[in-house]
Amino acid sequence: MSDTPEQAGNGLRWNAWNLLLLVPLAMLITPFINRDGPHLFGMPFFYWSQFAFVIVGVACVGIVYLKTKDEPVRTDKPDLLSADDLDEGDR
Amino acid sequence: MSNIQWTETIIFALLFGVVTVLGFMAARWQAGDTLDHLDEWGLGGRKFGSWITWFLVGGDLYTAYTFVAVPALIFGAGAMGFFALPYTVILYPIVFLPLLRMWSVSRVHGYVTPADYVKGRYGSRTLALLVAITGLVATMPYIALQLVGLEAVLRTMGFNGSGLLGHLPLLIAFIVLAVYTYQSGLRAPALIAFVKDILIYVVILVAVFYLPSKLGGWESIFSAAEDKFAETPAPGDGTLLGPNNQLQYATLALGSALALFLYPHSLTGALASRSRNVIKRNMVALPAYSLLLGLLALLGYVAISAAVKPITNEATGRPDSNTIIPVLFEQQFPSWFAGIAFAAIGIGALVPAAIMSIAAANLWTRNIYKEYMHKDATPAQEAKQAKLASLVVKFGAVLCIVLIDPQFSIDLQLIGGVIILQTLPAVAISLYTRWFHRWALVTGWAAGMTWGFVMLYAIPSADGSRAHFGGSALALDKLSLFGWQPFAGSTVQIYVGFVALVGNLVVAALVTFILRARNVSNGIDQTVGSDYHADDGDPKLKAIATH
Repeated sequence: MSDTPEQAGNGLRWNAWNLLLLVPLAMLITPFINRDGPHLFGMPFFYWSQFAFVIVGVACVGIVYLKTKDEPVRTDKPDLLSADDLDEGDR
Repeated sequence: MSNIQWTETIIFALLFGVVTVLGFMAARWQAGDTLDHLDEWGLGGRKFGSWITWFLVGGDLYTAYTFVAVPALIFGAGAMGFFALPYTVILYPIVFLPLLRMWSVSRVHGYVTPADYVKGRYGSRTLALLVAITGLVATMPYIALQLVGLEAVLRTMGFNGSGLLGHLPLLIAFIVLAVYTYQSGLRAPALIAFVKDILIYVVILVAVFYLPSKLGGWESIFSAAEDKFAETPAPGDGTLLGPNNQLQYATLALGSALALFLYPHSLTGALASRSRNVIKRNMVALPAYSLLLGLLALLGYVAISAAVKPITNEATGRPDSNTIIPVLFEQQFPSWFAGIAFAAIGIGALVPAAIMSIAAANLWTRNIYKEYMHKDATPAQEAKQAKLASLVVKFGAVLCIVLIDPQFSIDLQLIGGVIILQTLPAVAISLYTRWFHRWALVTGWAAGMTWGFVMLYAIPSADGSRAHFGGSALALDKLSLFGWQPFAGSTVQIYVGFVALVGNLVVAALVTFILRARNVSNGIDQTVGSDYHADDGDPKLKAIATH
């Protein structure tokens, strides 16, 4: 419980692997996918390319999951050591 | 009530009977000490593992209505209907990180609903109430739409009576559902979801491999669709997107993906899971359903090449395009397999309807009943209230379908998607920052709601039969800011919800600047940074089903 948002903090953590989550958004760029050929199994490119993006999406999320799984998580204290924590370390 | 298909009906009834038994047994499945607590009744004890969560959330997000309406959209309009695939592909990368934060903070503080979280984060009863009401209003028509999916199947089996009698099978199915949800809570849909999803997988995999080979392969199916769209006068249809609906396609997919986990029922499924890893694994595994949905969507083209005619709904007198897929199955499959397919769709309606009514009941109980009517309600009283609310919600949905035109629910659901998106700044962005001021979020919400509603009102339906609430695609030409039309003359379309969300964010940002300059209090934040990373086993976690 804290009175000011500045003290409360948001617990933001940066991890470059998370950027992979942006890759699947590429399928929203419709000019790239909105074409008829080449066909695959008789389906226009528009359809099978979006099915292929299911695999891209799974791969990206899967890699992020594996790469961030072992992230050390401090669960008992706030992330950044405050002066009090450092004092405790001396004791 | 003529031409009842007996083989199909008997198989449907048998499978329906099986899930009914499961639904009642679910109360004792992995039961905690008591069911008289929202953690237990409303969130299944917060201990579902990866597999249960996969079936539960899969059954929750990919609803019966989706399974009949998406192919129907492809059948009618072509490529535009395929937005459901990009929507459910980009969904998981987008929600992966925020959902983990939401799970952790809710687990630490014992939040059951998104409005609980907002109240804790901002200490604002007004904002929490707005989030709760928005969630309730958006969820109710969604429940009614599950009935539309169920009814499409029942009418195809021959239960196509007019008047109240025509709705009787639907009413019976829903009473059964209501009773076991009342008794077993979230455990009932979790257990039934196993049956539903396995049936759906079998049916759709058989359908997408068997039907095209029977009808001459995908090549000829697509050319048949091409021919059909070439004949129709409507400009927006075809097997590819046109110049005007590409932006609509992308913004509708994005807007829907952003909106999905703002719906209370999606969050209910996620909060019921045991740990962060369960959610992470599911974000990787749930796209299996997206693949299924994409394949199913293509059955809309299969229906074109099989020359399927939608059944006329005897209650409204209009052809019901949602019967496309049931009719296709009935024409092309032996009747025993059609029976299984119908049961899959029918049971597919029960799972999300149950979860949605539980989520709505949780919202009502936590954020309106306990907050405004009975402040010192005990956990047992809360659970009792939620059980009753789940009954009321379900019968409200049935009445909506029986007494009012089903089209009303479809319109409402369209509005629901737009309005639930307006809670994004308060529920999702706030997981990362408290920069937006709480009163600015209220103002932005009001602006987004109003603007979204005004735009939806002004959109006529594509076939010109109705002047208002005809769709969610706004021509940029019609986009007007107090009379100023920045894109006058443009016929390019965009998703209304997306436009309204942008308006919401702009207003919220402006008001935030003003309120911060004036040092208006931004409320008390109950949460601290480490709450957003807490995981199973953490001593910070709130004990389950205690107060």
